[in-house]
Amino acid sequence: MATAAKGVVLLDFWVSPFGQRCRIALAEKGVEYEYKEENLWDKSPLLLKANPVHKKIPVLIHEGNPICESLVIVQYIDEVWSNNPLLPSDPYERAQARFWADFVDKKIYECGTRLWKLKGEAQEEARKDMIEILKLLEGELGDKKYFGGETFGFVDVAFVPFSAWFYSYETCGNFSVEKECPKLVAWAKRCMERESVSKSLHDPHKVHEFVGHLKKMYGVE
Amino acid sequence: MAEEVKLLGSWGSPFSRRVELALRLKGISYDYIEEDLSNKSPLLLKYNPIHKKVPVFLHGGKPVVESLVILEYIEETWEGDHAILPKDPYERAMARFWSTFVDEKCIPAIWMSCWTEGDMQQNFMIQSKENLSILEGELKGKKFFGGDAIGMVDIAAFFIAHWAGVLQEVAGISLINEEKHPILFKWIEEFMSSSIVMECLPAREGLLAYFQAKKEAIRATKAPVY
Repeated sequence: MATAAKGVVLLDFWVSPFGQRCRIALAEKGVEYEYKEENLWDKSPLLLKANPVHKKIPVLIHEGNPICESLVIVQYIDEVWSNNPLLPSDPYERAQARFWADFVDKKIYECGTRLWKLKGEAQEEARKDMIEILKLLEGELGDKKYFGGETFGFVDVAFVPFSAWFYSYETCGNFSVEKECPKLVAWAKRCMERESVSKSLHDPHKVHEFVGHLKKMYGVE
Repeated sequence: MAEEVKLLGSWGSPFSRRVELALRLKGISYDYIEEDLSNKSPLLLKYNPIHKKVPVFLHGGKPVVESLVILEYIEETWEGDHAILPKDPYERAMARFWSTFVDEKCIPAIWMSCWTEGDMQQNFMIQSKENLSILEGELKGKKFFGGDAIGMVDIAAFFIAHWAGVLQEVAGISLINEEKHPILFKWIEEFMSSSIVMECLPAREGLLAYFQAKKEAIRATKAPVY
């Protein structure tokens, strides 16, 4: 059921896991929108106007109103388009979902960056941290189909874009996500069976190629 | 809903005071448990094993952690009494955005301005003042960030209204004053004159003594404290 929502624009960057969260949420709700690819090294006047505070993607522009910060955007999408709810209805369950999405936000990206940017002891520490973070998330997933239980939910949306980075983390950190966290890998595969996810995420090798470009830019290796 | 409401907090923590402020605004009674952060209780470690921090909110024995997550939980569980989030989805998104801005940008920059020195301090001070100007812009002639009544962003900015002043005094720097941030300054006056806010304040003298002692300890060991 596609809803031709008037004036929904997403300012985004192809490989951004934060942008992908928004793409997945919009797709889960069947919302049609205009995707605008931003060049992060030459930001458009529209982006700078829509997000003057952070000047970052993603930005969702709905009926002319800009919303920034990916988890704020996903919650907004969930509230405006109430079909296929991403957050549970029970306040305690919602709090748990917000906690884990916040955990992903605070931990994964920063640790992942340390993994590809640093060397030696610092990289080793990043590797240990990443494994610990992934194990904690796997613990929360347990034997559930999704973090949201039987239904694909808020934490799944928040975390699944990072699954496309697992290959890069493994390669930079010299470990195996499958070995350390087999349930997470199985969960990621299940998520990829959803069109909203498979159409939003990029091939892990492409992501790793992108990390290669970043490394060159930062003079790493 | 007569389930037990408990809060594990620390008298000096702006984050646990946020939760207290929200509870008092909504007229919710709660049992408060003071945590010694240098010697964390088994209860704290049990209910917040991942971050091991205050505040920990317990409702009917079930824990909720991370202060902004707790505020949303309180808002959703006790509807009707002094709403701290707007009903309109766009306005709610704005409230969430600005609360996150306070947490991720304003507070760390102010905190670091007060504990660093030299060039590093100068950079943090510039960042702080910029962030405060940006935040000030969001007030847009309103009495509070929440409009006519204290809302989530005001509660999040509690640190700016109270702790920031104490820290500036300890560090001997000025970040917020009437000249540089007149609108924010006015908001601080308005916010701090609320009787409920006054109930939730840790005494200024106590905070001052605590931070001054901390500064002396750093000077003595020459260790960075971030």
